[in-house]
Amino acid sequence: MGVQHGTNGRPLPWPNPTTQPFFDAARRGELLLPCCPRDGFFFYPRSRCPHCLGSDWHWEPASGRGRIHSFTIDRIGHLPALAPEAPFAIAIVELQEGPHMTARIVDCDPEALAVDQPVVARFEQVDDTALVHFAPA
Amino acid sequence: MGKDAAAIVGVAEWAPKRTWDQPMFSLEACAQLAAEVLDDAGFEKREVDGLLCTAIYESPMFAPSALGEYLGIHSNFNEVVDLGGASAAGMVWRAAAAIEVGACETCLILCPMVLPPPPAGGNALGAMKMPAYLGGDAWGSPQGQFEIPAGLVAATPSFALVAQRYMARYGLREETLAKIAVEERYNAQANPKAIFRGKPLSLEDVMSSRRICDPLKLYEIVMPVFGGGALLITSRERAARSGNRPVRISGFGEHLTHKSIAYAPDLLDNPIRVAAERAFAMAGAERGAIDLASIYDCYTITVLVTIENAGFCDKGCGGRFVEEHDLRYDAGSWPCNTHGGQLGAGQAGFAGGLAHITEAALQLQGRAGERQLPRAELAYVNGTGGMLAEQVALILEGA
Repeated sequence: MGVQHGTNGRPLPWPNPTTQPFFDAARRGELLLPCCPRDGFFFYPRSRCPHCLGSDWHWEPASGRGRIHSFTIDRIGHLPALAPEAPFAIAIVELQEGPHMTARIVDCDPEALAVDQPVVARFEQVDDTALVHFAPA
Repeated sequence: MGKDAAAIVGVAEWAPKRTWDQPMFSLEACAQLAAEVLDDAGFEKREVDGLLCTAIYESPMFAPSALGEYLGIHSNFNEVVDLGGASAAGMVWRAAAAIEVGACETCLILCPMVLPPPPAGGNALGAMKMPAYLGGDAWGSPQGQFEIPAGLVAATPSFALVAQRYMARYGLREETLAKIAVEERYNAQANPKAIFRGKPLSLEDVMSSRRICDPLKLYEIVMPVFGGGALLITSRERAARSGNRPVRISGFGEHLTHKSIAYAPDLLDNPIRVAAERAFAMAGAERGAIDLASIYDCYTITVLVTIENAGFCDKGCGGRFVEEHDLRYDAGSWPCNTHGGQLGAGQAGFAGGLAHITEAALQLQGRAGERQLPRAELAYVNGTGGMLAEQVALILEGA
C-alpha cells in the first residue's frame, strides 16, 4: 500500500520512482522541488507539470523558507497512532518558491502559531525514509 | 424558468441511527429503499430504466450491474457516482441530464448506509468503518506520501485549515460559526427523524464543547450515523401523474478543483462559486428569490463558505450574512437546512448529502410536517465532496 507505518504505527511516506529524489534529498536535509521551464516550481512531484503537462521539468533546490498559509492544532490525533502525539500543529505552508505543502510545524508552542508566520524546513529521518516539517523561523 | 425535462417525484428516507440493529447488506438496503421510493411516487418498478448509486459494499466493482441484477431491473442508464458528499446532488443532475437527452426516462437514486450482518467469526463493523485515510493509502497515492504522514487524515483537520484561514483573513468570530450549529439543531427539533431531536443546543454549549481541531469544536462537527435514502426522478410527462407535486430540477452546476485541501487553488474560493453560478444561470433564477437553502454541512465552516461562495453575499461577508440572518425554519428570515442539516440530523454516509435534497423536495411538495415553510416554491441545494474539493449546486422548483 502507499503508506508505510513506523514501529509505533505512525504513517510514513512510501516513495515511488517518481517521488524518490524528493525523499532522498530530504534524508540529506535538502528540500528539492520539481521545476518546469515554463511554469516554474510545482508541488507535489508528479510525472508532468500540472500547468502545461510538459514532462521536461527538473529537480531544483529550494530555499526551505515559507509562511504558514493556514494551520490547525489537532487536539485528538485522527489515527490511533497519532493520538499520543496530540496536540500537534498541521499546516499548509506557502513555500517562498510559490507552491503549497502540507507539513507538521515542530519545535514550537502550537498555541503561539499564527497565519502568515515565517517558517523554515526541518528534516526528520525515520527508518529508510524522511519527513519534511517546518518550524518557526 | 430553466430546465423542465425532469423532476423528483418520490423520496425515501430512513431515520438516521447511531447504532444499526437491523443488519442488512447494501444490496438489501437498496431493494428496500427502491420499494419505498416507488411506493411514495406511485410508480411501478418496470418503469425504472436508469440506476444511479454510490458504493455497493458487496460489489466493489460493477456496482450498477450488481444492483440491476439484484433488483431485477434492466436499465438504459447506469452510473456509480464517486463525489463523496456531493454524490447525491451529482446523481440528481446526471439523472436529469440523461432524461433530457433521452437516454432513459425514470431514474432510481440509491444511497444506503447500513451495517451488514457479521460474517461467521468476523466483525461487520470492522469492514464498514470509514478508514481515516479516505483511500489515500493506495500505492502511489500522492496523499499517502505528502499529506497522511503529516497527520492530515480524516476530514476535520482539512476543514479546520479552511476555518483558520478564513478567520485570519476576514476576522470571523468563533461564535458566528457556533450560531450555525445552534440554529440547525433548533431545526432538528422539528424533524422526527433527526438524531438530535429532543436535544437542543445553546451557543454556550457549542462554545464550551471540546476543541477537536482549532478552531472547530465538537458540536461543529457532523456525527456519522447509519441510515439510507432514495429518490425517484422522471420525465416531466411521467411526473405529472405522480400523486406528489413534481419537483423540477431547473438548474445545476458542478465544479471540482483538487483533492487534498493543500492543493486547493484558494482555500477561500471554493468550487461552489462556479457550480452555483452555472446553476442559477441555467435556472434563470435570482439568489434573492429562493424560499429555502439546503447547504451541505459536514462542519459549520462548510455552511459559511458555501453561502459566501455560492454568491448569497460578497467575498468576506459570510460571517456578517450568518449574523444578520436566522437559519431557523420558523424565523421568517433565511431558512436553511430545515431538517436540521447533517449537524442536527446526522450524517448517514452518502445519504447525509441526499437528505439535503430530500428535505428541499419535501418542503416544495408541502410534506415537511411541523417544520413546513409557509412558502416553498424555489430551493437552492448543494452537495460538497471531500475536502471542499467537488461541489454541486441544484436549483429545485415546485412544478
